[in-house]
Amino acid sequence: MSEFLNFHFEVDGDNFVSAGQASVQMKKNMRQLGLAPEIIRQVSIAMYEGEINMVIHAHGGVADVNVYEDRIEMILADKGPGIKDIDLAMQEGYSTANEQVRALGFGAGMGLPNMKRYTDEMKIETVVGEGTTITMYVNLK
Amino acid sequence: MNDYRHSVVLDEEKCTGCTTCVRHCPTEAIRIKDGHAEINTNRCIDCGECIRVCPHKAKKAMCSKLEHYMHYKWKIALPAPSLFGQFAGLDDVDCVLQGLLDIGFDDVYEVAKAAELVSAYTRLYLKTEGIKKPVISSACPVISRLISLRFPYLKDNLMPMLPPMEIAAILAKQKAKQEHPELKDEDIAVFFISPCAAKVSYIRNGYGDYKSNIDVVVSMSEIYFLLIGVMKRDKPPTVTSESGMIGIGWASTGGECAAILNDNYLYADGIQNCNQVLDSIENGNMPAQLEFIELNACISGCVGGIMTIENPFIAKTRLQTVRRYLPVSKNFLQQETNFIPPEYITESLPSYIPISRLSDNMGESMRMMAQIQRLRQELPGIDCGACGCPTCRAFAEDIVKGFIPGIENCVVLAQRKCNEQKKEDGKDDSVATD
Repeated sequence: MSEFLNFHFEVDGDNFVSAGQASVQMKKNMRQLGLAPEIIRQVSIAMYEGEINMVIHAHGGVADVNVYEDRIEMILADKGPGIKDIDLAMQEGYSTANEQVRALGFGAGMGLPNMKRYTDEMKIETVVGEGTTITMYVNLK
Repeated sequence: MNDYRHSVVLDEEKCTGCTTCVRHCPTEAIRIKDGHAEINTNRCIDCGECIRVCPHKAKKAMCSKLEHYMHYKWKIALPAPSLFGQFAGLDDVDCVLQGLLDIGFDDVYEVAKAAELVSAYTRLYLKTEGIKKPVISSACPVISRLISLRFPYLKDNLMPMLPPMEIAAILAKQKAKQEHPELKDEDIAVFFISPCAAKVSYIRNGYGDYKSNIDVVVSMSEIYFLLIGVMKRDKPPTVTSESGMIGIGWASTGGECAAILNDNYLYADGIQNCNQVLDSIENGNMPAQLEFIELNACISGCVGGIMTIENPFIAKTRLQTVRRYLPVSKNFLQQETNFIPPEYITESLPSYIPISRLSDNMGESMRMMAQIQRLRQELPGIDCGACGCPTCRAFAEDIVKGFIPGIENCVVLAQRKCNEQKKEDGKDDSVATD
């Protein structure tokens, strides 16, 4: 196993206002690592969407970002309701977010599609009633 | 970037080495070294926050003194619209313009007039196909520099047009030459009356490859005191303002957006808030229909600049009075205009400067980052600033970069160690006395 840097974040489930904090922190870390602007953007968008998802659907969770020399691995794990139909969830515009969340401007059904679009690889492990772990990779050229 | 000349200067005698500016600096550019504040010029964005918060008035914005430049044959004053918000009871902008002539200027060219043109061109630009939206205003030089340092991905969103003060300078010089063909280039000097330090830096350094058309920058506060001396006269002004509500509205946040004449805009002020907005745009977390974004580093916009006199909120209120009976705009484009004149466009966008990068080498950066993480676990994490750094994290970074010898420079850890030592000594003593 090659050397890597780990950044660990707790994503607070009850706080929409602070959702996205991990993404902002990661942005700062990536700037310090000297990553290309495009990579920084990809990772921060994927992280942001993932964080928001955990807040909306799962009452928060934990995010681990591992930076390797050739790629960035993002693992977002929650103990939420799980995803019943992954194919449906991956469709743009599909969302199970409630009215309250939508009133805040979230729940547009773009979270998972965006996470896939801005990363090079995405894996979803989910058990209904137990939780979801999403792992995403962005390759560093 | 080392030759970038900033306009924030420190009076070492007055600086006590307190950490107020260190903690308020939005780019963490300041450290206390040898008992006084030191600015890292690569990181400074000239926002003026340190001048604003310094309790000892040890930080100043460097500006030219008017009296040193009165030798020019034709001196043109370029008042920023925020100037009109500085005077109590002012209901006619003409009185201020007359005052500028009375203190020795030969002509006045309102920046507000140029601002109306910029607004008109912005409306035109927003209709251009293929541009990156939302378009971010390029009027606040702090925001442009912030984007170049931290948000390189957004540089194509910047409005590629020169700010109003530059366009005013170009037009003022053209007007002078037209009306007075006998004047040579070296006879004419354009004086910008600036509300902030950032515009001073912008004018001194240019913007990318662009060189400013403004010859002298004077501070609004200096001009203010000269003006109140002459503005009391009862004679009617001989000059008439050529700007309307839109132009004067540029002085405070929201004015530029209102001039877009549709609802698809967003405005924010205060450097931290602007940072948040830029983060959101970068994350794609913005309403899709958003067309235009106005960001001002100073709270309330230009009326909140550090070279102004009046409280920004009062100035804003005064401008409402001044604007009340003005037409929406006094400057329009020709009907057939369908492009921005090339002389108003700045091609030289700010280039990305990765200021926070730890090392040029990724592997090395990762090793340094790992070291920073280890140090942070040892540090108290209370961000007290006693070491001269804004946060414990910045302290750890400075150690890893070699600016600080080591963790023993942490005052809190040293104190803890000292207390533990005392405890142990105490134990020893008690044993000894028993």
